[in-house]
Amino acid sequence: MHEWALAEAVIRAAQQIAEKEKLKEVKEVTIKVGELQQVEQDILRFALSQLKPASFKNAKFRLTTAKTTLRCRVCGHTWLFRNQKLDEDTAEAIHFVPEVAHAYIKCPKCGSPDFEITKGRGVWLENIKGVR
Amino acid sequence: MVDPRASVINERLKGIGRIIAVSSGKGGVGKSLVATALALTLARRGCKVGLFDLDFTSPSTHLIMGVKDVQPKEEKGIVPPVVKGLAYMTLVYYSGDRTTPLRGADVSNALIELLSVTQWSELDFLVIDMPPSISDAVLDLIRLVKNIEFLIVTTPSLLAFETVKKQVSLLKDLKVPIIGVVENMKMNRAKNIERKTKKLGLKFLAEIPYDPKVEEAIGDEKKLLDTVLAQKIKEIATDNAI
Repeated sequence: MHEWALAEAVIRAAQQIAEKEKLKEVKEVTIKVGELQQVEQDILRFALSQLKPASFKNAKFRLTTAKTTLRCRVCGHTWLFRNQKLDEDTAEAIHFVPEVAHAYIKCPKCGSPDFEITKGRGVWLENIKGVR
Repeated sequence: MVDPRASVINERLKGIGRIIAVSSGKGGVGKSLVATALALTLARRGCKVGLFDLDFTSPSTHLIMGVKDVQPKEEKGIVPPVVKGLAYMTLVYYSGDRTTPLRGADVSNALIELLSVTQWSELDFLVIDMPPSISDAVLDLIRLVKNIEFLIVTTPSLLAFETVKKQVSLLKDLKVPIIGVVENMKMNRAKNIERKTKKLGLKFLAEIPYDPKVEEAIGDEKKLLDTVLAQKIKEIATDNAI
């Protein structure tokens, strides 16, 4: 249910943008969800629908998945998080705080834990459409 | 693209009376011990207290209190477990005792993540054990958390106090309140640090003598509360300074 906290953050940020853009009604919110955080998209979508304020009542939430790319800072090797084999406890730890991936994952080529999460970390608000 | 997490942080912290960041210019001055003793002392005074270990790459408050086999609950976010009377949050719940090599941007991301999903509910005090020096975590916390106050720990070393001066200058520029300075591990009667603290226009809160019993108390919060260090912290906490 950690997804509820993320949904609340998305709604608040979207509300702040809608106010800034002077949108009376929000029609569509696009959210990018990085694979690394392994967010349950059904739960996130449900939480968004439950938390949305009146000005979002007809809003559609479009969720898109972003592949997570990791790049080793030592040897430059790039690899995809989805190819990583992780046990359930490790996957759950990364779900709560994606940065702890550095405690569990090492470059498959040189073994360094010093890598960069270049794409697909967590939840991002990509776009908002509405009427003024 | 907008990172939505920052928008919810002050909502998460709104039920907290005071947020005290225990900080230092250098590592090894006893900041984590002071933060833990302060949190435990306030809790034993009947206050509702949280302790948040933000020293992600070198966490130690769990070792100081002997915390084992606890995990936060997941309930519309993360609910910190109550440990030794404190709502206690640490990255160790997720990283275990593994080395966690985080660069500055990773520290910022982990910090923002935990601030945005941790459900502290109602607290009188949240004590934060900060990483040393002027790092990304310090700058982010000041940027993101309204009403944060700093308590600075130093040793009698002039080298340690030089870094305190830089930190104080930054906090003053950013208009962040400073509760005062604690001089830890004192081994003589010199008043250099007290004098220099007052010269900066800050309150000198206490001098804590070097106490070998502190090392023996690691892992047992009751023993820690029996040390001279804890006694001095108790005096600060009851002296209207906090």
